[in-house]
Amino acid sequence: MLLIEDLQVNIGGRAILKHIDLEIKPGETHVLFGPNGSGKTSLIMAIMGYPQYEVVAGRIVFKGVDITHSPINERAKMGIGMSYQRPPTVHGVKTRQMVHICAGGRPDVDPEELASRLNFASFLDRDINAGFSGGEIKRSELLQLLAQRPDLVLFDEPESGVDLENIALVGEAIAVLLEKEREPGNARAMSQVKRERSKMGLIITHTGFILDYVPADKGYVLYDGVLSCSGNPAEILNWISECGYEECAKCAMKTS
Amino acid sequence: MRDEDELRERARKATGKKAALGPDIDLGEYETAPVPHQYLADQELCMVPQAERQRLEMAGVDVTQQTRGGTYFQKDTTVVHCGVKQEGIEVLPIRVALERDEWIRDYYWKLVAVDADKYTAAAELQLHDGYVIRSLPGASSMYPIQACLYLDKDGLQQNVHNIIVAEEDSELHIITGCTTAPGLKRGVHVGISEFFVKRNARLSFTMIHNWAEGVLVRPRSVAQVEEGGLFVNNYICMKPVRSLQMYPTTHLVGEDSVARFYTIVVGSPGSAHDLGGRIYLKGPGSRGEIVSRVISNGGNVIARGHLIGEVAGIRAHLECRGLILNGGVIHAIPELEGRAVGVEMSHEAAVGKIAQEEINYLMSRGLSEDEATSAIVRGFLSVDIEGLPPQLKLEIDRAIEASDKEMM
Ligand SMILES: Nc1ncnc2c1ncn2[C@@H]1O[C@H](COP(=O)(O)OP(=O)(O)OP(=O)(O)O)[C@@H](O)[C@H]1O
Ligand SMILES: [Mg+2]
Repeated sequence: MLLIEDLQVNIGGRAILKHIDLEIKPGETHVLFGPNGSGKTSLIMAIMGYPQYEVVAGRIVFKGVDITHSPINERAKMGIGMSYQRPPTVHGVKTRQMVHICAGGRPDVDPEELASRLNFASFLDRDINAGFSGGEIKRSELLQLLAQRPDLVLFDEPESGVDLENIALVGEAIAVLLEKEREPGNARAMSQVKRERSKMGLIITHTGFILDYVPADKGYVLYDGVLSCSGNPAEILNWISECGYEECAKCAMKTS
Repeated sequence: MRDEDELRERARKATGKKAALGPDIDLGEYETAPVPHQYLADQELCMVPQAERQRLEMAGVDVTQQTRGGTYFQKDTTVVHCGVKQEGIEVLPIRVALERDEWIRDYYWKLVAVDADKYTAAAELQLHDGYVIRSLPGASSMYPIQACLYLDKDGLQQNVHNIIVAEEDSELHIITGCTTAPGLKRGVHVGISEFFVKRNARLSFTMIHNWAEGVLVRPRSVAQVEEGGLFVNNYICMKPVRSLQMYPTTHLVGEDSVARFYTIVVGSPGSAHDLGGRIYLKGPGSRGEIVSRVISNGGNVIARGHLIGEVAGIRAHLECRGLILNGGVIHAIPELEGRAVGVEMSHEAAVGKIAQEEINYLMSRGLSEDEATSAIVRGFLSVDIEGLPPQLKLEIDRAIEASDKEMM
């Protein structure tokens, strides 16, 4: 479980996130909407542990452990992973090597097989992110996460920039990561699947396209660093498109 | 005979001539008298003491010779092994060639000036030995040929002259390891190398230097590449050396000839490197590339590069990247010299540090900060070298890997 209580984050002394409360239970996927610059990326970077996102108050608890001040790699080791909006290029480090790093020595991870699922095999011998297009970056990030298999996956706009043919691959990869893939012809009761599912997800999206592939349990609007309007993701998306973010943020409706 | 006398005369006049670059060495402080060593048969080569074998392996020498097509091994002033297993390839000591083969005179001191400085002069006046490696027309070396120049005797000045000839349409790969006996305190290595790449020949030359903290090194090398020829020159030096200065030069004289220089250097505390690559592009359509990756760990590294475009239509690029990890100095000096309308030359140089953003990225995939740093440094040093056989790629990776732990 991820539990965030009264989290306040500054960047360079400026308040970016204000009194954030958030709880993601095992098996749940939440969706985060919000205008540009509202602090969405900042929130997941703070959860991942990036030191420039300075936590000035509140706490982050993951699997019962207070990780508010844990280094990034400890959080990764505990099972937190993220798909970046703008990852850096690391010259000389190949995509294949990144897959191995993410696998952390697990022998059952086959870079070729994972890459072929994302139509990405021809990129394995390229330097990671070097000259990758917007859509290629998304697939590269998902490839790494498929090898890493985190328990809590933070996605920063995973579908933006992805073309119509690749969107299905991306959607399916995210569903696999969150154990939400559709099981064809399997008649198991939905409730049973849900009980077995333990992966957690937090997805940032502007369009909501990804919801066609990954059912989400809850949505929020982040507006000027304040989290509000928690509710059904599809409904929130509707309100945003009808009334705009500001109106949506005003309605501090709590449904939980 | 008159030629030989003239060479000696010119050398004699240059014995006091300081080199244009690098600190001056007082050669009078070092011995040059021959140091005898026992010749080693193939099996004996495999049985050198463990400590020595380790030094050799770090310099890319395979004592079993299983992955090598031939071996030249010189200890101090003496050839201790020389043999070749591949047809079409010749390997012999230069003293043998000078005594026996008329043709060697077509190459000896034809590219490097004997009176360039006191080091070239010393190599003429007190030549110990060196190798001649030649691939005959159309031949190709399946496995690389290895050469090793080893300093065993403390206080020695080793004078070596090498000649490498890749005849027309041949393919030749050479790995040269230079190293010292464990515990050697001081010494000088003077190495003259002259490379001749004939029409449509391909020559790769990979040099791994593995010297010691008290060793002074002055290589002098010049290459000439004819029409359609390719010369790939790799240089790796990850270990301390007191002072190393070299400025290998290549003349691309033939149409569509190509030269590529790759240099990977780590400057450790107490070490001073002054190195570079210079390519004269003279043949129409010739292309040159100089790539260097320098890390300073407290050492002092000057990384030079000089491209001289003499005719229209040539293309060349120079890339120099430096990382200062634990202090020290990296001084990049890229030079472009266009001497004709229609040349295309460019350079990029950068000296900096590891980006925290990259470390964080790798940490979010589970690596510790040290592991992430080391992966980034290794990536920085690993340049993709085209046209290198897998065994040589392996040796380069190994050299980088081995020094990795000491560096952090
Ligand atoms: N390193 C930084 N230095 C200064 N300001 C920053 C830094 N990083 C983020 N910010 C600012 O913090 C605010 C929140 O940025 P953030 O990236 O979290 O927005 P976002 O909601 O993800 O926006 P988008 O939808 O455009 O991706 C923005 O105003 C941004 O300019
Ligand atoms: Mg963002």
